[in-house]
Amino acid sequence: MSMELRTSPHLVSDRSVERIMKHVVLALLPVCTFSVWQYGLSALALLIVVTTTCLATERFLNRAAKQASTLNDWSATITGLLLALTLPPAFPLWMGAVAGFVAIAIGKALFGGLGHNVFNPALIGRAFVQASFPVAITTWAPPFAVHRFSEFIPSTLTLPFMIPNDNAAWIAAATVDGFTGATPLARWKYEHFVYPVQDMLTGAASASSGETSAILLLLCGLYLAARKFMDWRIPVAVIGSAVLVAWAFRLYGGEAFPPIHLVVLSGGLVLGALFMATDMATSPVTPLGVWIYGAVIGVVTVMIRYFGGLTEGVMYAILLGNALTPLIDKYTQPRVFGTRQQRKS
Amino acid sequence: MSLPNQADQGITFDTFMEGVWRQNPVFVMMLGMCPTLAVTVSAVNALSMGVATLFVLVSSSLLISLIRNLVPKEVRIATFIVIIATFVTLTDYLIQAVSLTLYEALGAFIQLIVVNCIILGRAEAHASKNPPLKAVINALGMGTGFTIGLFALGATREIFGAGKLFGMTLFGDQFQPWVVMVLPPGGFFVLAAWLLLFSLLRSKSATEGGHAHD
Repeated sequence: MSMELRTSPHLVSDRSVERIMKHVVLALLPVCTFSVWQYGLSALALLIVVTTTCLATERFLNRAAKQASTLNDWSATITGLLLALTLPPAFPLWMGAVAGFVAIAIGKALFGGLGHNVFNPALIGRAFVQASFPVAITTWAPPFAVHRFSEFIPSTLTLPFMIPNDNAAWIAAATVDGFTGATPLARWKYEHFVYPVQDMLTGAASASSGETSAILLLLCGLYLAARKFMDWRIPVAVIGSAVLVAWAFRLYGGEAFPPIHLVVLSGGLVLGALFMATDMATSPVTPLGVWIYGAVIGVVTVMIRYFGGLTEGVMYAILLGNALTPLIDKYTQPRVFGTRQQRKS
Repeated sequence: MSLPNQADQGITFDTFMEGVWRQNPVFVMMLGMCPTLAVTVSAVNALSMGVATLFVLVSSSLLISLIRNLVPKEVRIATFIVIIATFVTLTDYLIQAVSLTLYEALGAFIQLIVVNCIILGRAEAHASKNPPLKAVINALGMGTGFTIGLFALGATREIFGAGKLFGMTLFGDQFQPWVVMVLPPGGFFVLAAWLLLFSLLRSKSATEGGHAHD
C-alpha cells in the first residue's frame, strides 16, 4: 500500500489569473463588436492597432528583461482592448500606438509587471495621450455613418507624427442631419442641451468607441459579476455614489446641474466603473475599503465634471482611486479572527 | 576616489572628464534636479541655464580655491555661499542686460543657482582642498557636464514638444506637437529616458572592461 503525503493547501481553486483574464476578454468582445458595428472600419483598426502595440511592447520588454513571455496571461490583451475602447473612434492610429506603448511600458512593465502596477495601465496610456494630443482626443465622429464599413474616417489614417487629417468633409457627406461633434457631457457643459435617455442607453450619442451603450456594458458586467470574476461592490459603489451626489446637486442646485441620467450614462462612467475600477491589481482588497474606493471614484468624477475644466472626469478619478488604494487597504484591515483590537495607550 | 588625500594628485585628463562622464551632475549624481526639470522646455533655455551655472561654478571655485587656507573651518559654508551668491547676482544682472526675454523665461531659476547643490558640493568637496588651476579645470568639467545634461533634455523636449530646435521648425508645419513634453510630467519622462540610456551605456562599458573605474 502506498500512501501519498501532501502538504496544504488541499483544495485548489481553478480560478487562475489566465482564466479570469480570459473571461474579461470574453466579456469585452460584445462591447468591441458593438463599437465596430457603430463606427465601422476606423474603430476596428483602432482596436487592432492598439492591442497589437500592447502585445508587441509586452513581448519586447519581456525579451529585454530576459523573462519568460507573459503574453499568455491575457492581461496585455485586456489593457489594449480597454485602452482602444476609451479612445475616440476617429483617433489617429499612430497616436493609438503611442498610447498602447506607454500603457504597457510605463504603466505596467516599469513597475514590475502584472500585479505590481500601481495604476491601471490602460488609463496611464490614455492620460498620456490626453496630455499630449488634447485636440485629437476630443475630436468625435458620428455613430452609424453611412460609409462606415467602406471607408475609414480620414483622421484614422493620419501619417505618423503628423497633425490629424480634417474630418469635416467626411462627416458632412456621411450624416444626414447636422452633426455637432460633441459628446452628451460637452453639449450639456457648453449648451445646456439634455440628451434623450434612450439615445444614451443604446449608443446613438457620439463618444469614445466603447462607452456609448450603457445597456450592453451593464450586461457584460453582469456576466462577470455573476461568474464572480469581478467584485460587484466596486461598480455599485462608483455608480451609486455618483448618482447620490448628482441627485443632491440637482435637488439643491436645480437647473444649473445636469439631470442624473446624463451623469450616469455618459462619458465612460459605466465602462470605467465596470472594467477599469475593478482591476484587481489596483483596487483595495478589504470589504470596507472596496466601498470607500468606489465612493471616492464616483464623487471625484462628478466633482471634476461639475467644477473642473474638463467635461470628463472618470479617468482621473480612477487614477486617483488607484493612488489611494494602498492607504485605504492599510486603514481598513479587518480584525484578525481570535485577536483583540489593540488599545491605544 | 578612495585615495586618502586628493590634493596630492596631479592634474590629469580625468580632472576634467570626471564631471562630463563619470560623475556627470545630471545623469550620474542627479544633482540640481530643480533647474534640470524646470527650465529645459527648450534648447535655448537649457543651454543658457547651463552656461550661467558653468560661469558661477568656475568663478566661485577659483575664488574659493584661492582663499582656501584663509577661511576658518567653522564658517566655511557661510563663506562659500556668500561667494556663490555674489557671482549669481552678477549673472542675474548680466542676463537681464543681454536678453530680457531669456531672463523672463528662466525666471527665478537664475537666482536659484545659488542653492544648486553642484556648486556648493564642488566648493566643499573639491575647490576648498585643491590648488586654483586644478579646481578651475574640475569646475569646468562639472559645468560642461551639467550643460550637456540640460541641453540633452532641452533639445529632446523641444523637438517632441514643438517640432523645433533652437526655434527652427524641423519637420514642417504638419508636425503634431506632443504637448505633454513641455509640461512638467514630460520633464520627468525625458529625464528618465536619458538616465536609462546613460546607465545602459555605462553598464556596457563596465562589462567590456574598457573604463572600469570605481
